[in-house]
Amino acid sequence: MKRLDDHPILDFDRGEKVIFYFEGKPIEGYTNETIAAALHAAGIKVFGYSPRKHRPRGFFCAIGKCSSCLMVVDGRPNVRTCMEFVRPGIHVRRQRGLEPIVKKGENDE
Amino acid sequence: MNKVELAIVGGGPAGLSAALMASKLGIKSVLVDENRRLGGQLVKQTHKFFGSYEHMAGVRGIAIGRQLSEKVMADPNITVMLSTTAVGYYEDGTLALYQREPEEKLIDIKPQTVIFATGARENMLAFPGNDLPGVYGAGAVQTLMNVYGVLPGEKVLMIGSGNIGLIVTYQLLQAGSKVEAIVEILPKIGGYIVHASKVRRYGVPILTRHTIIEAVGDDRVEGAVIAQVDEKFKPIPGTEREVDVDVICLAVGLAPIVNLVWQAGVEIAYIPELGGHIPWHDEEMRTNVPHIFVAGDLAGIEEATTAMIEGELAALSAAEFLGRGDRAEIESIREDAHRRLEELRLTVFSEKVKAGIKKLQNWKELLKQRAGNLRG
Ligand SMILES: Cc1cc2nc3c(=O)[nH]c(=O)nc-3n(C[C@H](O)[C@H](O)[C@H](O)COP(=O)(O)OP(=O)(O)OC[C@H]3O[C@@H](n4cnc5c(N)ncnc54)[C@H](O)[C@@H]3O)c2cc1C
Ligand code: FES
Repeated sequence: MKRLDDHPILDFDRGEKVIFYFEGKPIEGYTNETIAAALHAAGIKVFGYSPRKHRPRGFFCAIGKCSSCLMVVDGRPNVRTCMEFVRPGIHVRRQRGLEPIVKKGENDE
Repeated sequence: MNKVELAIVGGGPAGLSAALMASKLGIKSVLVDENRRLGGQLVKQTHKFFGSYEHMAGVRGIAIGRQLSEKVMADPNITVMLSTTAVGYYEDGTLALYQREPEEKLIDIKPQTVIFATGARENMLAFPGNDLPGVYGAGAVQTLMNVYGVLPGEKVLMIGSGNIGLIVTYQLLQAGSKVEAIVEILPKIGGYIVHASKVRRYGVPILTRHTIIEAVGDDRVEGAVIAQVDEKFKPIPGTEREVDVDVICLAVGLAPIVNLVWQAGVEIAYIPELGGHIPWHDEEMRTNVPHIFVAGDLAGIEEATTAMIEGELAALSAAEFLGRGDRAEIESIREDAHRRLEELRLTVFSEKVKAGIKKLQNWKELLKQRAGNLRG
């Protein structure tokens, strides 16, 4: 999907343009965008797979209340990507069901 | 941080007004919101406000949010904590806060009083494929396009013709999406006629007595099957048709976010007219837990205008509990607040809310009766 350039009412302060990684591939995003918004703008809608039936999951509420948007960010699972903002160089990947919780300082990626 | 008089959870219109009123009465408060900026739902409302609130009708929601936020940010009595989620409320009165930015940390505070104003979340609807990426809540669609400036999709099917469905449809058109249709299961349009006429002028059909049967697609929405329904809301065989859309937007009502108040020991009542499970409270926004108060959509789904007044009422009750502020002053502000609330609830749309409030007032009686019936 695309980013809106001219909107009849709103101006968007997107912040700084940066590069982050989705499944290892570089993606452009802005520092005032959530990870979910940036992925959506890049046309990526599937954020993960459900624990039992492995159904594709995207986002739903965009206000941090439904857990549909959970992804693995810099090795940490269960990150609500609709609330977490883009930072330069972060590695984001699709979450597959319930992934093991990592302890602080114990990133496996 | 440990000597907090008042903590307010949620920085939407209810929480913001509560903080301002508390400050007026000389109470210092900590206001917590998960977002990077204050305003709650108002940050996405680009439309001019409906409702009759003195001076507010005709002003855009985002402007109201900005005005309130600026006042709060400038108030020395209010400590604002952004990007901070209240994650738990414990028996000993500890409110656990998880701050994500600028630095990740957990903070415990022990406030003497708490006003919860956590707002509401979107309702789901049961149909095959409702979990596919591309089925989004109306709030999510608004967040994407009005907060982040990202188009949610090219072609949208809107479910629900209440004010939210109609307004978000109009906002989608403004942003450059095509809205294929608005589907409404009831025989008539739910929202204001002005909003309905506006989207119709853009050629969006509003299909009453219609429902969604299923979402089509393998790993994302590629279409939707809709059909006409009979008087019993059952789909009429043979009327199914597929519409080519990449987003299905659900605007089928909101439900209060009650997790924290529930954990805090507030009794939960079930009042469908107010959005389902809601914290029990009286007209002064007091709950059964003496130092806990509620306001806004959490206390019953209504409007930003009423949420603001409820926030003020909650702050007055908190002041009373803390023994702060001048009695006569509290009483006179209270009276004025109730008068404004009553004025706002004069529209036809308020009938449902008023019926709900009545039920809520009788809730304890109802519980007793039910318990009696069970025993008898
Ligand atoms: C499309 C649309 C159009 C509308 N149009 C109008 C209109 O024209 N006129 C009108 O009067 N009303 C309108 N409303 C309704 C109005 O927006 C809401 O009634 C109002 O925003 C409710 O205010 P609130 O403060 O209770 O909750 P919210 O505005 O939802 O604010 C709650 C805040 O609490 C935060 N929060 C929740 N849980 C936590 C937690 N655990 N920790 C930290 N923070 C938390 C949330 O992030 C949010 O910022 C509209 C609503 C929608 C969706
Ligand atoms: S989309 Fe609902 S929690 Fe992120």
